[in-house]
Amino acid sequence: MATQTAVHETQTPVFLAKEEPHAPSSTMLGFWIYLMSDCLIFAVLFATHGVLGRNYAAGPGPQQLFDLPLVAINTSMLLFSSITYGFAMLAMEKDKKQATLVWLGITGLFGAAFVGLELYEFSHMIMEGAGPQRSAFLSSFFTLVGTHGTHVTVGIIWLITLMVQVGKYGLGAENKRRLMCLSLFWHFLDVIWIGVFSFVYLMGVLG
Amino acid sequence: MIGALGAQCGYCCFVCKWSRPETGQKIKRMSSKLSRGLLIAPLLLLLNGCNLVVMHPSGDVAVQQRDLIIVSSILMLIIIIPVMALTVFFAWKYRQSNKDAEYEPDWHHSTRLEVIIWSAPLLIIIALGAITWVSTHALDPYRPLARLDEARPVTQEMKPLTVEVVSMNWKWLFIYPELGIATVNELAAPIDVPINFKITSSSIMNSFYIPALAGQIYSMAGMETKLHAVINKEGVYKGFSANYSGAGFSDMHFKFHGMKQADFDNWVAKVKSDGEGDLGRAQYLDLAKPTTAEPVHYYSHVDPELFNAVVNMCVDTSKMCMNEMMMIDAKGGHMSHGEHSGMEAPMEGMSHDAMSHGDHAAESEPMAGMNHDGHAAPGEPMADMPENGSDAAKP
Amino acid sequence: MPSNPDLLKLIFGRLSLDSFPYHEPILVVTFIGVVLGGLAVLGAITYFGKWTYLWQEWITSVDHKKIGVMYIILGLIMLLRGFSDALMMRAQQAMAFGDSQGFLPPHHYDQVFTAHGVIMIFFAAMPFVTGLMNFVVPLQIGARDVSFPYLNNFSFWMTAAGAIIIMISLFVGEFAKTGWLAYPPLSDISHSPGVGVDYYIWGLQIAGLGTLLSGVNLIATIVKMRAPGMSMMKMPVFTWTALCTNVLIVAAFPVLTAVLVLLSLDRYVGTHFFTNDMGGNVMMYINLIWIWGHPEVYILILPCFGVFSEIVATFCGKRLFGYSSMVYATVVITILSYLVWLHHFFTMGSGASVNSFFGITTMIISIPTGAKMFNWLFTMYKGRIRFEVPMLWTIGFMLTFVIGGMTGVLLAVPPADFVLHNSLFLIAHFHNVIIGGVVFGVFAGITYWFPKAFGFKLDPFWGKMSFWFWFIGFYFAFMPLYVLGLMGVTRRLNHFDDPSLQIWFVIAAFGAVLIACGIGSFVIQLVVSVMRRDKLRDETGDPWHGRTLEWSTSSPPPEYNYAFTPVVYDHDAWWDMKQRGFVRPTEGFKSIHMPKGTGTGAIIAALAVALGFGMVWHMWWLAILAFVGMIAVAIGHSFNYDRDFHIPAEEVIETEEARTKLLAKQA
Repeated sequence: MATQTAVHETQTPVFLAKEEPHAPSSTMLGFWIYLMSDCLIFAVLFATHGVLGRNYAAGPGPQQLFDLPLVAINTSMLLFSSITYGFAMLAMEKDKKQATLVWLGITGLFGAAFVGLELYEFSHMIMEGAGPQRSAFLSSFFTLVGTHGTHVTVGIIWLITLMVQVGKYGLGAENKRRLMCLSLFWHFLDVIWIGVFSFVYLMGVLG
Repeated sequence: MIGALGAQCGYCCFVCKWSRPETGQKIKRMSSKLSRGLLIAPLLLLLNGCNLVVMHPSGDVAVQQRDLIIVSSILMLIIIIPVMALTVFFAWKYRQSNKDAEYEPDWHHSTRLEVIIWSAPLLIIIALGAITWVSTHALDPYRPLARLDEARPVTQEMKPLTVEVVSMNWKWLFIYPELGIATVNELAAPIDVPINFKITSSSIMNSFYIPALAGQIYSMAGMETKLHAVINKEGVYKGFSANYSGAGFSDMHFKFHGMKQADFDNWVAKVKSDGEGDLGRAQYLDLAKPTTAEPVHYYSHVDPELFNAVVNMCVDTSKMCMNEMMMIDAKGGHMSHGEHSGMEAPMEGMSHDAMSHGDHAAESEPMAGMNHDGHAAPGEPMADMPENGSDAAKP
Repeated sequence: MPSNPDLLKLIFGRLSLDSFPYHEPILVVTFIGVVLGGLAVLGAITYFGKWTYLWQEWITSVDHKKIGVMYIILGLIMLLRGFSDALMMRAQQAMAFGDSQGFLPPHHYDQVFTAHGVIMIFFAAMPFVTGLMNFVVPLQIGARDVSFPYLNNFSFWMTAAGAIIIMISLFVGEFAKTGWLAYPPLSDISHSPGVGVDYYIWGLQIAGLGTLLSGVNLIATIVKMRAPGMSMMKMPVFTWTALCTNVLIVAAFPVLTAVLVLLSLDRYVGTHFFTNDMGGNVMMYINLIWIWGHPEVYILILPCFGVFSEIVATFCGKRLFGYSSMVYATVVITILSYLVWLHHFFTMGSGASVNSFFGITTMIISIPTGAKMFNWLFTMYKGRIRFEVPMLWTIGFMLTFVIGGMTGVLLAVPPADFVLHNSLFLIAHFHNVIIGGVVFGVFAGITYWFPKAFGFKLDPFWGKMSFWFWFIGFYFAFMPLYVLGLMGVTRRLNHFDDPSLQIWFVIAAFGAVLIACGIGSFVIQLVVSVMRRDKLRDETGDPWHGRTLEWSTSSPPPEYNYAFTPVVYDHDAWWDMKQRGFVRPTEGFKSIHMPKGTGTGAIIAALAVALGFGMVWHMWWLAILAFVGMIAVAIGHSFNYDRDFHIPAEEVIETEEARTKLLAKQA
């Protein structure tokens, strides 16, 4: 190959790469595009809530249903989990496997606490007769918040899987890449939740 | 310009003038021609024989819509015809076997040509866009008519006829509130009188369409859409649902009679005498059960609150009316029993907030969220009769 | 048995013996045909001992070329199914006048037109364009595969799984009777209590996931994997249109996913998103589904614009006129396609200003589209046009598509739409653009790239037959519908009273028969070409004197596409190489790093079929098992870190030397 291109360099341009060009990894870009598409699903759910959010069907509205202090605690769970995930990533950068695993574990626990509190809130509302079938407002509320909760649950399952993989195979390039993806996912859910908290809960109760 | 085009269209109207009963025979003769003659000639004859009702309507609104179709088509043909001709011409001229034709394998850019190919469609679209903006506003189905036809404007003295239309599975109910009568699958109106249609649906979405009269508009449950139109010629026209609504959809059509005022009065008298009696809530609920190809029948008297109840989906008195529901929602929803007493005290302090919130909701919100100008929103019945809901709930 | 209905219900959900349409002769005959045909195929595979080959070389393959071919095969199969629906509709409408009710009662006819729309858009047109993009894009950008080869395999099998679910509905239960977009309230549980809408939901949901992931994949591929030197403005036009298409997919399909989730919740959980009562809002569904639906039509047409651009330049032997304006036009169409959705329901009662806004944005799309049309036209100007079959399709497209474009702009004028909406004029319009644009484009593309994929050209005689049947058949089938629309005839009717309409429907049915001949000719073309493949063989790798990179490698390309990564200086990279004296190297080959195949995609997709089936029939145990299984398989797959291998240098040398000999024989 080297001789090949050398012969022609004088007359014709180099039409074939001498060295295999290092294709940059597409994973982060691909995952980011996926997240944007996921973001659009949330956008639709937010829009739906924007349209239906005041259609209480003569049923209970946000003022009667939402327990802001509880939601605030829940929000802090998720925010803390993002911070601890950040610590996990810092540990990962320093190739500290054990510390990474510990921080991931704490993140998972915060996440689980978040999902648990959300389930408590849901069951409480359903017991009061304010289930998703009661009104369009409640349908969109349960769907938007529930979709976010489902994402967090998926994140936790993914997190556990990754913990096992890191434990088993260490912090190789592949696992680091996966941790980076999950990191994006986890922070993304955090951002979405801030939207949910302000748009659904705060504006619902105060607006 | 439109006048000239109208004249041009006169031709297509002229060729469509054969009246309906003859058409079948013409078609038979035509089809025999089709089998032997050239391809194009019989096709043209076919076109002549048919009743292109959209191109040959009898109501002023539909006439204007027809003119718009013609104007737009001609505007676009200015560019379409040269493109098609050039395609064929270039394909023929630059064929491989034609060695005389120029061949410039590297010619791929010409600023002048690029400017033309972008600006020619742009100019057409600017013209068409202007026509669109003006005509869409002029022919907005929600807008009361300004004219009966080209020559006659609508005056203050003209009293429009109101018709309340309910699409049901799978039939049409027409209520004449001013006349106190109702008909199923038959509609009549005097010629040269503005008609105000108020349209809703008992459950599934349909589209109310009489091609000879005016364009269509959807009918949706819990909402009221509007259509303003006038019929200028006597005749019997086809009306139907133009939006698929399930098994009985194909038979969901009716006859629309354009009549002289005197004939219309006779028709009203006939409805009153032949009618099977009262159309109240019970009869309505019975009528609303799905049927296919329902025969025409009349009601000599109609509960005046019925249409409001239909729009608010509370003909069945056990159901809360939507306007009532929306008023509760505008105040932040219903206080559940457990919390009611506890909430009463703060309610006083909140009332101002709650009210302004309610106003806001009435303006932009109740279900109109996705419906842009809020036209078809059920907010409308609420605005029309803010306190009617509870009245309507009384049998 | 009846003694224990609860247990039966637990196991079979809603499924019972009555769910099988054994009383419908049409379906029974079809079923027998499908079973016999299926048994023949399975028997043949077994007889020739091809199961291992099939599994290793195709089903588990992550090679973008094979996946592309599988997409096209899926599209062809589904085209046959969708077209048989079309024939039934045309026959019914040509017969059912006056006293004759035709042969399809409403409950069957309504399923047929719904299935026709769903299948043609989602399972014929989409696999066709995705298949073309999959096959061509990596080759055109000088890459060895897509960014995520495993995901690509998974995407394909999810699309296939969706198609399988739709096909099951033919013989088990029923399909939706709602029209292809399943507008509520007709599609809600009280008005459509059967399984039809559920088949619709799950079929689309599963296939939609595949489409979305394939979109992510191709964007990443185009952005990250281009050959050195290929800047954005040096990408071939087809790659540009593929990029825009996949951006549209990623931006539109999540909306479909979300809206179908909401519809499922209404049906399964009893929520009130799109119900008439309790605060639900039907108009929201119609808005949301069209926010997906309108970009969807550009998802279909843009790649076809790309195909035509490649073909025109190639067969005119001339550089594409106005490359950059072509690119800008594509990008403008991409953006504008999100600003026009409301034109699908001007008649829902929006205000005049809203309607005119959306009408005018719709018309604006015709400006870049018109510019494209002129670009193709001026590429022909001073060219040297070879009327090979792909070029015939292209000229057929140019003549037909402008008519569809014109009627489309007409429908974008709101007051005109009020009289034409939902009429057969509308049907004629969108078939005019979808057949004239997408179908012609896909057939042109298949004919054009077939020699690249298989190493021999398609038989030109049968290709021309296919083209002329389609072209003439189209005009016979749809011009009468324009006329009927102007006669005020609406769509989806299964019976007519007015006998004067019948002649037009008979002409349309005749047109459909011509199109059937066109499809038949295409199938014959495939068979004849395979039989005559030695005569049609392409040994150069460049049978059409192509301009873009895919023609620089052999036909069919080796697994690794390019032994050396090409360096690009021009958007017609291969033309440039040929002009400037490129000499193919005959030595210096190295081993090549490639991804391994995996069966995970096919397994998860099979479980997805079980999940969909369980959800449709309320067999909850099956749905739960399948869902858990899918997650478990996916997690299991993530424990496999050994995902690639090296093609040894000797193998590369062997492959390339064979090509060297072939080329030498040519010279």
